[in-house]
Amino acid sequence: MKALVAVKRVVDHNVQVHIKPDGSGVETAGVKMSINPFDEIAVEEALRLKERGVVTEIVAVTLGEAVAQDVLRHALAMGADRAVLVEAHGELQPLGVAKLLKAVVEREQPGLILLGKQAIDDDAGQAGQMLAALLGAAQGTFASAVTVQGDEVEVVREVDGGTETVALKLPAVLTADLRLNEPRFVKLPNLMMAKKKPIEQLTADGLGVDAAPRLKRLKVATPPHRAPGVKVNSVAELAQKLREAKVV
Amino acid sequence: MSVLILAEHDGQHLKQATRQAVTAAQAWGLPVHLLLLGADTAAVAGHAAQVAGVARVLRVDAPQFEHPLAEDVAAAIVNLARDYKVVLAGHTAFAKNALPRAAALLDVAMLADVIAITAPATYVRPVYAGNVLATVESSDPIQVLTVRTTAFAAAETGGAAEVVTLAAPAASGLSRWVGETRNVSDRPELATARVVISGGRSLGERFEEVLGPLAQLLNGALGATRAAVDAGFAPNDIQIGQTGTVVAPELYIAAGVSGAAQHLAGMKDSKVIVAINHDPDAAIFQVADYGLVADLFEAVPQLTAALKN
Ligand SMILES: Cc1cc2nc3c(=O)[nH]c(=O)nc-3n(C[C@H](O)[C@H](O)[C@H](O)COP(=O)(O)OP(=O)(O)OC[C@H]3O[C@@H](n4cnc5c(N)ncnc54)[C@H](O)[C@@H]3O)c2cc1C
Repeated sequence: MKALVAVKRVVDHNVQVHIKPDGSGVETAGVKMSINPFDEIAVEEALRLKERGVVTEIVAVTLGEAVAQDVLRHALAMGADRAVLVEAHGELQPLGVAKLLKAVVEREQPGLILLGKQAIDDDAGQAGQMLAALLGAAQGTFASAVTVQGDEVEVVREVDGGTETVALKLPAVLTADLRLNEPRFVKLPNLMMAKKKPIEQLTADGLGVDAAPRLKRLKVATPPHRAPGVKVNSVAELAQKLREAKVV
Repeated sequence: MSVLILAEHDGQHLKQATRQAVTAAQAWGLPVHLLLLGADTAAVAGHAAQVAGVARVLRVDAPQFEHPLAEDVAAAIVNLARDYKVVLAGHTAFAKNALPRAAALLDVAMLADVIAITAPATYVRPVYAGNVLATVESSDPIQVLTVRTTAFAAAETGGAAEVVTLAAPAASGLSRWVGETRNVSDRPELATARVVISGGRSLGERFEEVLGPLAQLLNGALGATRAAVDAGFAPNDIQIGQTGTVVAPELYIAAGVSGAAQHLAGMKDSKVIVAINHDPDAAIFQVADYGLVADLFEAVPQLTAALKN
């Protein structure tokens, strides 16, 4: 069975983001970019399924400008077999992402499609569910354990108040939560080798997909800062402050 | 045109998140309908009809809704949504799972985790772990969104909505519910607790032993950092942050929490924040109203004792 993993290039999670002076968006020029951490977990899960003999081939796909190839190289260095870049310009929103991925799924015919549960830039958390909808496929979101059994995949999902287990008909779309696995380290020689691997190039136009944004960003701003607090010197003082603030 | 709210319930009562969504729904000045999916929603429909600001309760009873799966929930929404201007829900795991699926089937965008509705199709939502607030405008004919529950007060009772029973679309057959684990606790629900006592990975195996008595005393819920959950010291459903639960209690006490941006994203709107950390430079102190530089294993039990008197 083939696995398709969608990966996104995002501002690295350790970077303190800054808003562009004109308020039009977040500064990404000269900022460290990385594979979205949840997508890295999705790649890792595909690798583990391959190591268990469930998956035979892993195709990593990303969407966007040519620079997004970075994250495909990362996925290849982790162990993905092939990589596909769908070149698309301008802002991509979850619905457009789902439409582009659907076109790639139709070409590749994977049995499992894995994504991260959310991207840490726009925090939308929608692409997987939208893709499953457009494919008419089952969805296993916020996955913390994945087991393929026959023509079904059993998924333990992290939900409010605990976990839920569902069984999905294949092909299915899964989105990775934090505790699905811990991604392996990418070794430098693997990264060097991944640089030489070919990346298949497609375009949104070539796929006949309209991925135009539906939402218009009017502005971005920093949230209001909390007024600076005080340091207390003792537990007794803390208890007194909390009483004064009438919160205990 | 009206507003449709995807309700969440336990068979008896509506979740607080649904009442908060009802408050958010008033922004359009349109009639608000609550969609109740369940195996038998008779009891909960009675309660739902009393929520102020709800004009109509739509009951859809079907066996597949005993444990509602995204495939079936989305189908039920899509069945109705074309008659609505807005489809919304609280930003809970249930809605995060089902609403994007419904939006895609309707070929419309979705807005997740909205904190303010500033015009009929203009929204403010946090991005980049809450470090940035984006104002976005939707041009779609149906607005699909989830609202951050802490940003909206829960609707009161006092309403008298009409209750209408509708037929369910056929079950999709794509997925099947297998089971669940519930982290049972007699403490208040995290998302709505008035007090949250939260701990980091340094608590280790003593997480409950050290924080439990303080939570007990203040009738608070326990919260945790990702690091504490990853290490298995705390259950997954109490992770607070960008990728966990967002809380805004009256009082948030963070013990041994470094204050990573991803954690702050889930608690920095709390009314009063207390940080106890032995590192005076810990980032958590930057958002704390009261900071105590101390060893938490000494300070937390001392605080519990001091507040008892
Ligand atoms: C994609 C992604 C998503 C994430 N999502 C979340 C999220 O939703 N929520 C979240 O919390 N994190 C999240 N994180 C992780 C986050 O970046 C931090 O790593 C995490 O919050 C740190 O947890 P911690 O404070 O328990 O541990 P540490 O950062 O290790 O900090 C421990 C703290 O405890 C203090 N300490 C140690 N011993 C004592 C003692 N005896 N007395 C007093 N203080 C003591 C130390 O001084 C330190 O400040 C995410 C990370 C990524 C990459």
